[in-house]
Amino acid sequence: MSFLRQRAVIFPAAGSHPIRIPLFSHKVAAGFPSPADDYIQERLSLDEHLIHHKEATFFVRAKGNSMLGAGIFDGDLLVVDKSLNPKSGDIVIAVVDGDLTVKRLIKRGDTILLKPENSKFSDIEFHEGQELLIWGVVTSTTKKFI
Amino acid sequence: MPVALVDCNNFYVSCERVFNPRLEGVPVVVLSNNDGCAVARSAEVKALDIKMGTPWFKLKDLAQRHGIIALSSNYALYGDMSARVMSILATFSSKQEIYSIDECFLDLTQFNPHSLIAYGQTIRQTVKQNTGIPVCVGIAETKTLAKLANHCAKKGFAGTDGVCNLVALTPDQRRALFSQIPVGDVWGVGRKHREKLLNLGIKTVEDLRTTNAERIRSHFSIVLGRTVQELNNLPCIELDEVGAPRGQIMVSRSFGHSVSNMDDLSESVAYYATRAAEKLRHDQSIAASLCVFISTNPFKDEPQYQQSIVVPLLPTDNTSLIISAALAGLKQVYRRGFNYKKTGVLLLGLHPKSKMQADLFDESLRQAKSDNLMHIIDTINQKMGKGSVGMAASGIKHRWALRREKMSPNYTTDWNELPVVW
Repeated sequence: MSFLRQRAVIFPAAGSHPIRIPLFSHKVAAGFPSPADDYIQERLSLDEHLIHHKEATFFVRAKGNSMLGAGIFDGDLLVVDKSLNPKSGDIVIAVVDGDLTVKRLIKRGDTILLKPENSKFSDIEFHEGQELLIWGVVTSTTKKFI
Repeated sequence: MPVALVDCNNFYVSCERVFNPRLEGVPVVVLSNNDGCAVARSAEVKALDIKMGTPWFKLKDLAQRHGIIALSSNYALYGDMSARVMSILATFSSKQEIYSIDECFLDLTQFNPHSLIAYGQTIRQTVKQNTGIPVCVGIAETKTLAKLANHCAKKGFAGTDGVCNLVALTPDQRRALFSQIPVGDVWGVGRKHREKLLNLGIKTVEDLRTTNAERIRSHFSIVLGRTVQELNNLPCIELDEVGAPRGQIMVSRSFGHSVSNMDDLSESVAYYATRAAEKLRHDQSIAASLCVFISTNPFKDEPQYQQSIVVPLLPTDNTSLIISAALAGLKQVYRRGFNYKKTGVLLLGLHPKSKMQADLFDESLRQAKSDNLMHIIDTINQKMGKGSVGMAASGIKHRWALRREKMSPNYTTDWNELPVVW
């Protein structure tokens, strides 16, 4: 389909992610090559560690204490992957009364629970016929100390 | 050789709804820069028969009556969401062509023609799940038809669940469908063409499709002749012809409130000139002239004045040269005693920088110095945020700056504005 090639933005085929190659700048002609050359590896990246679906990953800020038991504190940064299908036991972001809320998703027979991890808060129950909108699945949380 | 057009539904409104679920199911409009007029409307607003481009002040009464929520446009958010949607769509075809912020063509040649509808559904569901943005998919033999198919999917004329595949229709089904759709809905038929076509008795897509392409070409234009061919399954509209490469760069905005003194006007013109020069360098182009214009508010019952002037440039991409020329132009057109609502800078005569002609008196050293300085400014602004360094002429306070009173947070591009979860 040649006419598709005519203009500007053409993206490469799926899965052809760019490959990062470390760049060596020392001069080879004179002296010994760096003894480390053969051992050069890509530096670790937190993005790579925490984000598996780049386009579907969003950061949100936790407010309040309803998920203390899961290690989520007020002000924590949550990494949310929208591409994952929520399973029972996952920590999810759900839409409740127009707000986004973070809770643990529990399926018990016909009932679905959004369970806080703090005894001071009560479960939110959804029965058959009620709609529950899951916004995304929380894959990790990060906190900064400084 | 089918091609798909994937188009986001009410894109700006959908972006807002992803992060603010309260906007779901209520009428929402997104306003243009400076909260001027409606540039995006939710389905609920369209149902109230509010047209695209309606000025917000004309809408206020209706808005109150129907509880319409108006938002300022948040281009940082829309830009990021668009990039996400487009990269997801790129995984569905080896050839993708991004046509605008919210639509792209995908080449589906390599796919089994019998599974295209299912494939369209997969595209739609994946984008929706991964980003929250709803899209419609139109599939057909040519781009013009794919556009039309998308239109049908959106309006519910044909197809199901937001996917319409014209390839799957029999000639009779197509004829019946096309006879229902007004000719003005065809991609490439503008308002002027539409009126002329109607006068000739060409009212529907089917009328246009069955008109002799030669006749259309002689009565209208080559481009519209190709549209007719495309409606007949002959792919022939090359994208270059529809969306020509950027021939000019325009930066212009309305002020938050009217401005009458030269200092504020100069600041705004210098600021727009700066933005225009940035865009110019981003495109790796140079400009051979620029146009400055100023205008009062035509909606106000006040003395009116509009004027513009073209200022020639030694072809350049240098911000300070462009600012000087723009300010010189402003001095020429400025008249005391008017309340100005809008200024703008338009860069013209764009050429690739690589083909820049050496100036007889040019010292290449001076050019290199200029390039270095511009490169450093652009790099700093990219790293530290827009406007970190700039020319003093473009000011700092921007008293004239545009109104964005109803803007949502930068949910995805600012650490301090992330969505909050309870």
